[in-house]
Amino acid sequence: MNHASLLTRESFIELGARARAHALLDPGSFRELAGPFDRLVSPWLERQGVVPQADDGVVVAKGRIGGQPTVVLAIEGAFQGGSLGEVGGAKIAGALELAAQDNRRGVPTRAVILFETGGVRLQEANLGLAAIADIHAAIVDLRRYQPVVGVIAGTVGCFGGMSIAAGLCSYLVVTREARLGLNGPQVIEQEAGVAEYDSRDRPFIWSFTGGEQRIATGLADRYVEDDSDAIRAAVQALLAGGVPAAHRSERYAHYLQCLAEYDPARQPEPETVRAIYAPGAKS
Amino acid sequence: MSTSTSTASAPGRGETWLAALTRNAPRRPGYPATVQVADAELGGRPARFIAVVPDAANAYPRVRGGEVGLLEGWSLAQAVHEVVQADRDAAIKRPIVAIVDTPSQAYGRREEAFGIHQALAGAAGAYATARLQGHPVIALLVGRAMSGAFLAHGYQANRLIALDDAGVEVHAMGKQAAARITMRSVEDLESFAASVPPMAYDIGNYATLGLLWKMIGVKHAAQPDAADLDTVHGALQAALADIQADPHPDLRSRLGGQNRQASSRVREVLAQQWQD
Amino acid sequence: MEQLQFEYPAGAPASQRVLVGVVGSGDLEVMVEPGTSGTTTIHVTTSVDGYGKVWDAQLSRVFGAGPRAAMRIRIHDFGATPGVVGMRLAEAFEALGTDGGEQS
Repeated sequence: MNHASLLTRESFIELGARARAHALLDPGSFRELAGPFDRLVSPWLERQGVVPQADDGVVVAKGRIGGQPTVVLAIEGAFQGGSLGEVGGAKIAGALELAAQDNRRGVPTRAVILFETGGVRLQEANLGLAAIADIHAAIVDLRRYQPVVGVIAGTVGCFGGMSIAAGLCSYLVVTREARLGLNGPQVIEQEAGVAEYDSRDRPFIWSFTGGEQRIATGLADRYVEDDSDAIRAAVQALLAGGVPAAHRSERYAHYLQCLAEYDPARQPEPETVRAIYAPGAKS
Repeated sequence: MSTSTSTASAPGRGETWLAALTRNAPRRPGYPATVQVADAELGGRPARFIAVVPDAANAYPRVRGGEVGLLEGWSLAQAVHEVVQADRDAAIKRPIVAIVDTPSQAYGRREEAFGIHQALAGAAGAYATARLQGHPVIALLVGRAMSGAFLAHGYQANRLIALDDAGVEVHAMGKQAAARITMRSVEDLESFAASVPPMAYDIGNYATLGLLWKMIGVKHAAQPDAADLDTVHGALQAALADIQADPHPDLRSRLGGQNRQASSRVREVLAQQWQD
Repeated sequence: MEQLQFEYPAGAPASQRVLVGVVGSGDLEVMVEPGTSGTTTIHVTTSVDGYGKVWDAQLSRVFGAGPRAAMRIRIHDFGATPGVVGMRLAEAFEALGTDGGEQS
């Protein structure tokens, strides 16, 4: 990175959800749906003494990217760790459902999901989980027509049921700060012990679930610096590429073949995964 | 056997019900011990039944209690895609029944390293694809249906059926784990659950969310007798008929529950505001 | 968690609505909408109990010295200090396009 670009670089990570959506959409095209002034707060938080947020931590922004109709679903990581409750989950699922419906009517609406989330909001447990199942269903529906692009920028990263949603996306953009994993480090440590997973060892965690490792092992598609312009360009290019011939989540034969080469008797190192998943290692 | 802290359901319900519902049909070869796949008739026509089960000797330590891990996720994808491919040109798509009793996704270093999130996406995506292609997908909850494991195996079904039994639980995180991570006692969590229906573990509270198509009473949830089997077979066939009569292959039938009204309201507002 | 309500005399309704902030730890969101002519109402939901007087003092300082446009304000607070509250309110007024003073 040269001096000039360091000076002009605008951090995407430092932006909140709404500003991130603005940054990705064509200037002037941003229109928020089911927004904070529609008063769709969580029906479940206040009775548990938790202060709600008016948009329930999710921004639905309809507009254009590269002139094409696109809806951006941006999760606010600063509110309850980006965890999804009934309302936030319904906003994402509902918007994806409408995008799929658009395509069935000949309108080529695409979707971009900004994953900044720990997964299900435990205070809404089963409604959060059900909403995430709806999101999975809607991604699989929409991705038949248009690419669904996921962006994981950090600092919260993408965990829980929403990491499965990320795995269903057509393409994933990650930064170095990003993490993508199913279970949070603390839960793994609790369940399996500190020798299995030390949740306080940041280099260890990033070495397995960080953006650099995920791109190196083929579990993400673009590795981009923390810069709004760069992320916008990556998203635009991926959308323009259209639906992939096969989604990563459809490649079960490939992944089963790779894993057959791994002996689970020993804990893996990051290098183990790079070797097992190296392109050309298996067909 | 597994020393899982949960005593909610005895290990083996998945395997027990799979064997019973398929009249001991042979397991398909080519799957790990943790993923049991059997083809048998449902309503007089071929169907595929799938269960994820414990395996005390498994080479992956974190799946020994019936957890859904790396091989389980990708193998579920294989089991479902096989059927989708086989029926690609068929007018009638065969049903797929996911028999669910699983304590959670697998928690471990191997799993995170090799991308368990991607393996579970493989499974969830396969079930969703089958459903969109016209296969009737039914999830039969006979024990625990927990978090990522349930998202991968069962939650993409057209219809969810649960046994009305204390051993049947649905949740986003096991009680012990949830108590530890939120730094509350299990008793505290349980008292919250009493006033916050979505936080409850039991299937009665879950039913108020409107996600279940049916709850079925059986006499012996862990070891079904002939009458129990008849009851469940009947319910599966009724679900099949309901799916076949439904013009929509999506999950909209889960909306409208008394404790899930905001989910419908949000969709209403989005639809009203959608057009540019 | 506490719910607090405040009311202040004001002028003509504000001309637009704005939202600033986020309900993160130590932070708050402030939503401003046009109010009924003559009155600004403020509803605060705060995670910290027992600070009613501190809110009263601060909000009276900001809204009691007139004149401001009539606003309907909703605050969701997650333990912000008075300094942070003041900063978010200033942000809101700036977003409104003026110092929140009476609209012509």
